[in-house]
Amino acid sequence: MDTDALRELTFTDSKDQLRFITCGSVDDGKSTLIGRFLHDSKAIYEDQLQALARDSVKHGTTGDDIDFALLVDGLEAEREQGITIDVAYRFFTTPRRSFMVADTPGHEQYTRNMATGASNAQLAVILIDARKGVLVQTKRHSYICSLLGIRHVVVALNKMDLVDYRKEVFDRIVDDYVDFASNLGFTSIAAIPISARYGDNIIRLSRNTDWFHGPCLLDYLESIDIQSETAGLPFRFPVQWVNRPNLDFRGYAGTVVSGSIAVGDEIVIPASGRNSRVKQIVTYDGDLVRAEAGDAVTITLTDEIDIGRGDIIAKPTERPEVADQFAAHLIWMDQEPMVPGRSYAFRIGTQSIASGSITAMKYRIDVNTGAHVAARTLSLNEIGFCNIATVLPAAFDAYEANRRTGSFIVIDRDTNRTVGAGMIAFPLRRAANIAWQPLSLGKKERAALKHQRPCIIWFTGFSGAGKSTIANLVDQKLFAMSYHTMLLDGDNLRHGLNRDLGFTESDRVENIRRAGEVAKLMVDSGLLVICSFISPYKAERDMVRDLVDDGEFIEVFVDTPIGECVRRDPKGLYAKAKSGTIKNFTGIDAPYEAPSAPEIHLTTLNQQPERLADTVLNCLATRGIIVPANRTEN
Amino acid sequence: MSYGKLDYRNGDLPRGEPQMFRMNAQNITKPQTRTLPRHLRRLEAESIEIMREVVAEFSKPVMLYSIGKDSSVMLHLAQKAFYPAKVPFPLLHVDTTWKFREMISFRDETAQRLGINLIVHVNQDGIERGINPIDSGSTLHTQVMKTDALKQALDLYGFDAAFGGARRDEEKSRAKERIFSFRSQGHVWDPRNQRPELWNLFNTRSRKGETMRVFAISNWTELDVWEYIMLENIPVVPLYFAKQRWVVHRNGTLIMVDDERLPLAPDETPELKMMRFRTLGCYPLSGAIESDAANIKDIVAEMQVATLSERQGRLIDTDEVASMEKKKREGYF
Ligand SMILES: Nc1nc2c(ncn2[C@@H]2O[C@H](COP(=O)(O)OP(=O)(O)OP(=O)(O)O)[C@@H](O)[C@H]2O)c(=O)[nH]1
Ligand SMILES: [Mg+2]
Repeated sequence: MDTDALRELTFTDSKDQLRFITCGSVDDGKSTLIGRFLHDSKAIYEDQLQALARDSVKHGTTGDDIDFALLVDGLEAEREQGITIDVAYRFFTTPRRSFMVADTPGHEQYTRNMATGASNAQLAVILIDARKGVLVQTKRHSYICSLLGIRHVVVALNKMDLVDYRKEVFDRIVDDYVDFASNLGFTSIAAIPISARYGDNIIRLSRNTDWFHGPCLLDYLESIDIQSETAGLPFRFPVQWVNRPNLDFRGYAGTVVSGSIAVGDEIVIPASGRNSRVKQIVTYDGDLVRAEAGDAVTITLTDEIDIGRGDIIAKPTERPEVADQFAAHLIWMDQEPMVPGRSYAFRIGTQSIASGSITAMKYRIDVNTGAHVAARTLSLNEIGFCNIATVLPAAFDAYEANRRTGSFIVIDRDTNRTVGAGMIAFPLRRAANIAWQPLSLGKKERAALKHQRPCIIWFTGFSGAGKSTIANLVDQKLFAMSYHTMLLDGDNLRHGLNRDLGFTESDRVENIRRAGEVAKLMVDSGLLVICSFISPYKAERDMVRDLVDDGEFIEVFVDTPIGECVRRDPKGLYAKAKSGTIKNFTGIDAPYEAPSAPEIHLTTLNQQPERLADTVLNCLATRGIIVPANRTEN
Repeated sequence: MSYGKLDYRNGDLPRGEPQMFRMNAQNITKPQTRTLPRHLRRLEAESIEIMREVVAEFSKPVMLYSIGKDSSVMLHLAQKAFYPAKVPFPLLHVDTTWKFREMISFRDETAQRLGINLIVHVNQDGIERGINPIDSGSTLHTQVMKTDALKQALDLYGFDAAFGGARRDEEKSRAKERIFSFRSQGHVWDPRNQRPELWNLFNTRSRKGETMRVFAISNWTELDVWEYIMLENIPVVPLYFAKQRWVVHRNGTLIMVDDERLPLAPDETPELKMMRFRTLGCYPLSGAIESDAANIKDIVAEMQVATLSERQGRLIDTDEVASMEKKKREGYF
């Protein structure tokens, strides 16, 4: 093994790979810069260069010259529009270091893609157009970089060719930037005057800026010492998967995200408080004595304790937080605004949490000034600070302390879109202070006394669909059969418990949350609880479903077409909604999300309410909730 | 903030806190069993993590096995990820019936050697229609025998996640793709509407009929792959190594005469040439390169001075502008 090639093979080991992003405002030259890097570091092959020349003629923005941005803007839509839409991940290697660079889009509309690129970067090259100076997007991107934990920044003052390479321009803008960025917590800021298009100060110093003494951008990136983020941190091992090939082996597979662990070390599962010791650290290449940050291993323990995917293995002396409420920064990434109180799915480390919600919006952050602005919600690309509650406690660290165990994503439970990304600031202790009071009598005992199976029978549908009428009949019939029931009607609750709520999306969410909690208490007391609420959003109906045990939530979709409801208009509300006297009326100027798989689907056109109520009773009987014949045992 | 301390205009490097080196017994006793360079260890761990995520979160994953070098690396990584358990998913090879014979024998040997369940799927409908790369043209052949065949197989077996060995350095639309690439009904990729993918928090949720393509070696480069194959001694198809083989010159590249199905033009006479392949696919569509690189060391050396990209030999990519993106939107892997 003595060829040149092999000696070359070891060069990349002298320094670890540097992962960085380019960001900044629209058209500041981010993609051109990366294209230039790839080209000048010979990462581009001849056939690709020929393709680039052809592309430049067709899509280029640079006249007769080669448009380096086209090396990176790889989607058809991007080439046609001459902008970047999504992140491109590119790789290049120099004799001193290897690089993975994420080229991010400057357009505000695609900020979530910029955040995607920034989340795994150690350094950001922030481009600024020398003609334009620091813009809103420059600030937004800097802010997001800071929030996501990037500590090293290079300000690349681009398009110096268009300002005659003047030092004053450079000085003025760099001063502006440093002024703005001084409270963003960056450890290093370097500023370099460049021209991405003509290659000044990129891989070598340029004569055009004789007042600048370097280093050039590449030198800087090759030599900057980014200390390992994870080495000195407490040991964290989120369990990904339990490996059970046979009865004699039970291993916990995962990646050490920070710190290190050795065979014989004592460990704890923070969520359960159970302790054990490391027996083996298994890998395909042989057992290890010690595993360190970045190692993907399988750990076995000396004791059989209950551990599953989502648990974090830690050391007893350095535990993560465990809480079901925490405060966090949240970047909203969906077209649909965030709705406080709505049930979303969460992913924190390897823990999937089926339901949680934003319980309080503290403030929104104005990225331009850093000011805290009062807000009740977050729209696409907005950043805020809020309290979050999850149905199950999660183990985590503050994001500032550990990027890997302090981050989470928010997922829409219906569409499964990733709608938000968050960084945990601190746990809220309330969960720990309000302990559950153990009760001697439970749902089972209370229901047994009444000889019935408690449940929620939830009627949903448009106003005027017939929910209350049918619900009332069902209630009467069950009562006549000697079942203990209770009926909760949306209109009635709004006279009391929910008197303070209006009809905005977030008030509707809160309306259903309260009704759901009340219904759950009644289920606990052993009742058959009949609920009649428009409940237009699937997420909230599912939230109530999750409050009770499997099989205890019977969703009844009262399916009356909106046209028919408008025609009936029993309370004259549709007329008012149409004239604009009332706002946010479901079916008129507010949406209704029909259930996709209700337990009972009632099509009401040309049907008598009596018959429909009987249909409901039949279904309840089929599900074993009621006994079809009159009950005689009472 | 330390920017005040450095003269950024003169480009001084920022000085961090003085670095602390702690030596303790444990550092010294760490066994030095692995010889991989640091960046390969990192890539390896990253890929293993991705594979474990899939097995933990999906009910019926499969690995698309194309028999090439990238598939060989993926398979090797899968063995590592689940050790001491066996690889907990089957391999799926979408066979166009036009692969090199050496690929097919390598495939069968590999499955047998590792004791892995191998599913081979051929689009029978395409065979009946007489689709082939020579008469039908590469575009139609690829569409029917690869893209449609893949979709058929995924639907037939109900796989909800499929590992693919594509890398971001291969092609510019690949460079834009997520590691967990969501496909809606009909296996469609919507490049304008990809899920944000932050940190290592992959959104694995999907509804019935929706699936995930998972690119576990997204961040590897061609050079990384070869270095890894060399250092880990991973078996690969011998066609990657230079040897005298029968070829004809066609469309500016060398096409190997792998069997009698390749029609020869009157002026084409097969000749013996020292050659090898950088990528493998259907033999009439895979261009070879003239080369003397008969072992991996030589391949790595050759690659460092190569002036053409690995995809250059693939006839299917240059069919039309932005063809890779288009194919992927239609469900290509
Ligand atoms: N004169 C001059 N033009 C430049 C320079 N750098 C980039 N440009 C031009 O600026 C335009 C925008 O460049 P891009 O690289 O696409 O900008 P971007 O920042 O990637 O844009 P988005 O990703 O869409 O935000 C192109 O026409 C480039 O050729 C430079 O240094 N000098
Ligand atoms: Mg761009």
